[in-house]
Amino acid sequence: MVRAASGAVYCREVFFLWRMVDIMSDNTRKEGPREGQTTEEAILSARLARLGKELGHHEASRPAEPSPGARSVSDPSAMARGFRLSTELVAGVLVGAGIGWLLDRWLGISPWGLIVFLLLGFVAGVLNVMRAAGVVAPNRLDRSDPGR
Amino acid sequence: MAADPIHQFEIKNLFSLGHVGGQEIAFTNSTLFMLIAFAIITALMIGATASRALVPGRMQAVAEMSYEFIATTLRSSAGTEGMKFFPLVFTLFMFIVTLNMIGIVPYTFTVTSHIIITVMLSMLVFLTVIVYGFWKNGLRFFKLFVPSGIPIYILPLVTLIEVMSFLSRPISHSVRLFANMLAGHITLKVFGSFVTMLGGLGLVGWIGAVLPLSLTVALTALELLVAFLQAYVFTILTCIYLNDSIHPGH
Repeated sequence: MVRAASGAVYCREVFFLWRMVDIMSDNTRKEGPREGQTTEEAILSARLARLGKELGHHEASRPAEPSPGARSVSDPSAMARGFRLSTELVAGVLVGAGIGWLLDRWLGISPWGLIVFLLLGFVAGVLNVMRAAGVVAPNRLDRSDPGR
Repeated sequence: MAADPIHQFEIKNLFSLGHVGGQEIAFTNSTLFMLIAFAIITALMIGATASRALVPGRMQAVAEMSYEFIATTLRSSAGTEGMKFFPLVFTLFMFIVTLNMIGIVPYTFTVTSHIIITVMLSMLVFLTVIVYGFWKNGLRFFKLFVPSGIPIYILPLVTLIEVMSFLSRPISHSVRLFANMLAGHITLKVFGSFVTMLGGLGLVGWIGAVLPLSLTVALTALELLVAFLQAYVFTILTCIYLNDSIHPGH
C-alpha cells in the first residue's frame, strides 16, 4: 500500500477533485463508492459529502438581507465612533459651504447663497450625525411602500 | 529634520516617466510604496494559497482569515446580494490596511496620509453607488432623497437637506482615513523629537526623556490599532453605502 505521506497527499487530491466535480455538476453528487475505491476512500467521500451538505445548509440559512441591528454595532470602538460622528458633522457643513460659495459665484447673489446653504449644510451635518449614531432611522425607500 | 513633523509626508520624485500636456508624470515615493503594498498583497494572496493545504499554514491562514473577515462584514451589512461587490470591497480593505501597516514601519512613507489618495478611493465607492443604484433601480433611486410622510410645504427643504447629506458622504469617508493617519504620524514624530531634544540637556535630560520615549512606544501600539481600525471603518462604510444602492427598497 501507499506510505502515509503520499496517502495524505492523495486524500487531499481526492478532496479537491470531489469539490471540482461538485461545483461542475451543480450539486448533483453521486452517493456511494465508485468502482475501484477502497473502503477508506468511500468513508472519506461520504464524510465529505455530508460535510458539504451541512455547509450548504449553513450558507442557505444566512440572511439574504442585512439585519437592522447590524448597523448600530458596526463601529468597533468608541474612539472610531466618536471620530466618525465628528467627521460626519464637518462634512455636512463643508458641503453646504461649498454649494453656497459656488452659487454665489455663478449667480452673483453674494452673500445669500453662502448664508442659506451653510445653515442647510449644518442641518445636513446634524442629520448625518444622528443617522450615524442610530438616533434617526436610515433613509430608505421602503417607507414609501410598506406593503411590498 | 527631527524637529519638523511634516517632513515625513513630503512627496519626492524618484524618477520621471515623461510629460503629458506639460505636466510631469513622475515615479514618486508614494508610487513606490503603493507598488510595495501591491506586491505584498499579491504575494500573500497568490503565494500563500498556492499550496492549497487542507490544514492551512500560517500565511494561508492569514489569507483565509482576511477573506472570511471581509466576506462576513459584507454579508452582515449589505446582504448576500452584496457579495457581487466582494472583489471591490476586498481590494479596498487589503490595499488600505497594507498601506497603513507599512506606514508604521520607521523610514517608510504613509500613502494614506495624503488626502488625494483617500478622496480617489472614496469617490470610487461613491460613483459605484450612484451608477449601480441608477442601473438597478432606475429613477426610483431618486426616491432616496424624498422621504415619504413629509408635508408638502417642507418637502423641498427636506429634499435639499437629504441631497446635501448624500453629497457629504465621500467627504467624511475620505477625511476620516486621511486625518487619522496624518494626526497619528505627526503625534508620533513630535513625541519622538521630544526624546532627542531632552537628550541634548545632559544627564537630567536623559532621565526626563524616558517619559516621552515610553509614550512613543504606547503611541506606536495605538497607531497599529488605528491603522487597522480605519481600514475596517472605511470598508464597513463602503458596505453600508453599497447597501443603499442594492436594497433601496425591501
